[in-house]
Amino acid sequence: MARVAVTVPASAKRGEVIEIKTLAEHAMENGFRRTQTGELIPRDIITQFSCSYNGVEVFRAELHPAVAANPLITFTTVATESGTLEFKWTGDNGYVATHSAKIAVA
Amino acid sequence: MTSRRRFIALAAGAFAAGKARAQLDPNIAAKRRAALDAALRKVTGGAPVRPGKVKLEVPPLVDNGNAVPVTVTVDSPMTQAEHVKAIHLFTEKNPQPYVLSAQLGPRAGRARLATRARIADSGKVIAIAELADGSYWSHEVSVIVTLSACLEDGLI
Repeated sequence: MARVAVTVPASAKRGEVIEIKTLAEHAMENGFRRTQTGELIPRDIITQFSCSYNGVEVFRAELHPAVAANPLITFTTVATESGTLEFKWTGDNGYVATHSAKIAVA
Repeated sequence: MTSRRRFIALAAGAFAAGKARAQLDPNIAAKRRAALDAALRKVTGGAPVRPGKVKLEVPPLVDNGNAVPVTVTVDSPMTQAEHVKAIHLFTEKNPQPYVLSAQLGPRAGRARLATRARIADSGKVIAIAELADGSYWSHEVSVIVTLSACLEDGLI
């Protein structure tokens, strides 16, 4: 299981804009590097990231080889109601990582 | 004895062989530019891109191209009627121009995105924002890279 790290505030006021930071552990092999014997190392990257808030998608990103290893994505969302935020990363060679975080909105 | 004709044929052959062994494509700069133009067209569908509204923050001098912090902020109220639909990031000198494309909406609250990019060589970094009314805005920043992102070949 791939390791991920996500920071979401545990509680927020209704209507407040919250910042979410996500990090997934992944080498993001760009497919342009070669081994010492000259063979091309095949591409192995995370291609999609999405975040849904109580089942509604609020953010989605498409990643390319030019995203640094262990991709960090920081974005914002409006705290509308208490519930869970679901994060999902998918990539080459069947890579899937998921994470969920709870938020209490007052 | 080598005739003049034979000498020219030999020289031409040696030149061709040398060229085949060369690592770099002589047209690499033109190809990169064409790839960037194609990528921008794919995103905008040929619509005009105006400078403004977008603020791209990248350090002007990058000592390590493997992880360059990039922040994009778009000046938008992020309401249902007026919001940023997508933010796209490109680099000029990477083997592929794409870095990241993000889809957001009024629920983002603020149009702000931060990530870390790989930059292969000194050149422009471009951020394009697609607004709900169908207009495109951009900001370009030139950066100097001292240590390039891992690439053994394909550098200019």
